[in-house]
Amino acid sequence: MSRLLPLFGFLLLVALFGFGIWWNTGHDPHDIASPLIDQPAPAFALPVLGEPERTIDKASLLGRPYLLNVFASWCIECVHEHPILMTRAKELGVPLVGFNYKDEPADATAWLAKHGNPFDTIVADRDGRAGIDFGVYAAPETFLIDAKGVIRYKRIGPITPDVLDNEIRPAIAALAKESP
Amino acid sequence: MIPELGQFALVLALLLAIAQGVLPIVGAWRGNAALMAVARPAAAGQGVFVFAAMAVLIYAFLSFDFSVAYVADNSNLALPWYYRVTAVWGAHEGSMLLWVTILNVWSVALAALSRHLPQAFVARVLGVLGLIGVGFIAFILFTSNPFMRELPMPVDGGDLNPVLQDPGMTFHPPVLYMGYVGFSVAFAFSIAALLGGEMEQAWVRWARPWTNVAWAFLTLGIVAGSWWAYAELGWGGWWFWDPVENASFMPWLVGVALIHAQAVTEKRGSLPAWTVLLSLFAFSLSLLGTFLVRSGVLTSVHAFASDPRRGLYILGFLVIVIGGSLLLYAIRAPKVATGKPFAPLSRETGIMVANLLFTTAAAMVLLGTLFPLIGDALNLGRVSVGPPYFGFLFVLLMAPAVLLLPFGPYLRWGRAEGRQLTSMALRAGVAAVICAIVAAFFVQGHLRAIAGVAGAVWVGAGTLAYVIKRWREMPRGRRYPAEMAGMLVAHAGVAIFLIGVMLSESLSIERDVRLAPGASATIGGYDFRFDGVAETEGPNWRADEGTVTILRDGATVGTMHPQKRTYSRGQVQTESAIDAGLFRDIYVALGEPMDANDVQGAWALRLYHKPFVRWIWLGGLFMMAGGLFAAAERRFRAKKTPAAAAVDAEPKGSLA
Repeated sequence: MSRLLPLFGFLLLVALFGFGIWWNTGHDPHDIASPLIDQPAPAFALPVLGEPERTIDKASLLGRPYLLNVFASWCIECVHEHPILMTRAKELGVPLVGFNYKDEPADATAWLAKHGNPFDTIVADRDGRAGIDFGVYAAPETFLIDAKGVIRYKRIGPITPDVLDNEIRPAIAALAKESP
Repeated sequence: MIPELGQFALVLALLLAIAQGVLPIVGAWRGNAALMAVARPAAAGQGVFVFAAMAVLIYAFLSFDFSVAYVADNSNLALPWYYRVTAVWGAHEGSMLLWVTILNVWSVALAALSRHLPQAFVARVLGVLGLIGVGFIAFILFTSNPFMRELPMPVDGGDLNPVLQDPGMTFHPPVLYMGYVGFSVAFAFSIAALLGGEMEQAWVRWARPWTNVAWAFLTLGIVAGSWWAYAELGWGGWWFWDPVENASFMPWLVGVALIHAQAVTEKRGSLPAWTVLLSLFAFSLSLLGTFLVRSGVLTSVHAFASDPRRGLYILGFLVIVIGGSLLLYAIRAPKVATGKPFAPLSRETGIMVANLLFTTAAAMVLLGTLFPLIGDALNLGRVSVGPPYFGFLFVLLMAPAVLLLPFGPYLRWGRAEGRQLTSMALRAGVAAVICAIVAAFFVQGHLRAIAGVAGAVWVGAGTLAYVIKRWREMPRGRRYPAEMAGMLVAHAGVAIFLIGVMLSESLSIERDVRLAPGASATIGGYDFRFDGVAETEGPNWRADEGTVTILRDGATVGTMHPQKRTYSRGQVQTESAIDAGLFRDIYVALGEPMDANDVQGAWALRLYHKPFVRWIWLGGLFMMAGGLFAAAERRFRAKKTPAAAAVDAEPKGSLA
């Protein structure tokens, strides 16, 4: 009987893996829990894209919630995501801060000129070090940061209309309820 | 036309693998010598065609054949030739082909070097390897074909992930796979033994050198991967408990248990069922690692594109291979209570305890790696466990292993005497305490560093004491047979590794500084003078290259050139500069210019001083060397009867 134990253990694993494959077909694997959720956003001080003499830091953004969208001109998925930001970012009611990740400022500016600029402000993380602190896997990623500077939501991968309606809007609505 | 030849070669390899997997096993079962004789030529033939397919893919990369989708995705005209070769395994399809290629390296080597083994046994071993080949070649042909054409052909290709454009990456994957896949040989030996019911010690003796060599390769592969992460990722870290790293570490842990269990079974005939089970586990974990990385079930930083169809295929394959072998084990496993009996205080017991610690550690890593998935299954929400979980539990499980390690060689087979153990423990313990006290003055009271020195000296002094004992008590020429030397070198590696981990983890200094040209910063007793940034260029990148001069007490120690590269496809990659030394590494990464329009001005820099960090990899290399020395033991090649050979190698084992 005891010799069957390894087999049973393995069958348990198989059930778990089968579940994993099934789960991933129904869920978006981009939806990874970030250890940063409900943690204060890492401190950063980054130059504004196109105005390198001006720096924006975490403290200057406190006071109201905002969406931080990680993008780059080299990122293909960002092009797919961009139209949604262009058309629907305004209706969310929170500022959209661009986080230009590992990009040359000139390339980023040209890219925005071509595809449009949905952002209220853009900070440039040219060498990606602030990105490391934010745990950026790959662009695009989107963080919802509340008025106290705490990360409340994170999306890895492009924002789709579905994600916008079912995840980001409810998350913003929840924030509004918290602090009337 | 040529890429189609590669595909055609793979189809032929698949057919030969089917022949190799079916006919010899049937032959061994029926006692038909003609069918058994198919094994070697079929293995050689499969090898030839798989190597041909690999050569075709390499040729496609070297000749810029962008009509092949895989080549177009992973290389371009500006990529230097050596990175075009390594781009072959830079993504999913090619790394699966590398897997099969290396499986064939092992099969062909086994076919060539197994002439002295019984024919039925070799037939079964090669048959099992053939069946594994069938599974993987079919996987490549049906779900991950690297020879797929892309029309119209692009003028130029994409790029190999710049993170992979590093010398460390050129040999890390093949070496790691040599280890991973090498456990298939121990697995095949065990399955052959279960099928044939030959549970004598003989087959374990044949399997031992293969297991040791595979384990040594795995060790080297993990060391290379860790060193690459340290040099290339620019965070100064050397291990991240990432699912992909864990996937290679679990078979390594079980491999440690396996090579020790094999020694018990071979020499004493004890624990045969445990040895069989561990060989099944080691290879199962290698396959599981492949599954975890390839299926997209777990998301990881290094995971390549995932595809549920591939996941389902590999899961099915896992069920057949692992489930089948564990079922076979349940039916045919030898009785546990065979072999010579042993006392509670004996080398057998010591190895069993160590084995339990290592397999538990592997299970702990597996649990941590799968935790996000378990969280989903039990609806606990998105949970993942990180370095705190692994760091805490791993240290908890390995601390007793470190404590017990020096006793190992002193323990006699069957029944050990307490007197020798206490005298060794007394000497090593005193040495450890003295060194810890001395170290305490140098490390500013960092407890982990002190504990590291104590642990390392305990292991090192205990091992050295045994070296001296052998030198005194044994006649010249019989003092250190290869197997014994391997064990001692590997154990010394543990001591070196401990120093590296504990000292570098607790004493490293990291600082972010902003420096104008000519300005300096001081850490760890070194002055870092920033001498400005200049433009430089490589084959497919241009870079801002900083110059940092390292001074100690006013004298120049070295000049370092950290870079920030922009590759031709636009990706930016930081190339840190490392001044390596046996006792400390100095590590400089270039950040950002303070003013983007003035690269001649001040820059942000990240500076590290990491004492003893090299010892981490040095310890790993010692362990690898130990595995290889032990594999060279003359007894494994001899055709003597096991009993005579065992007596030869193990003089004065006091038999119970």
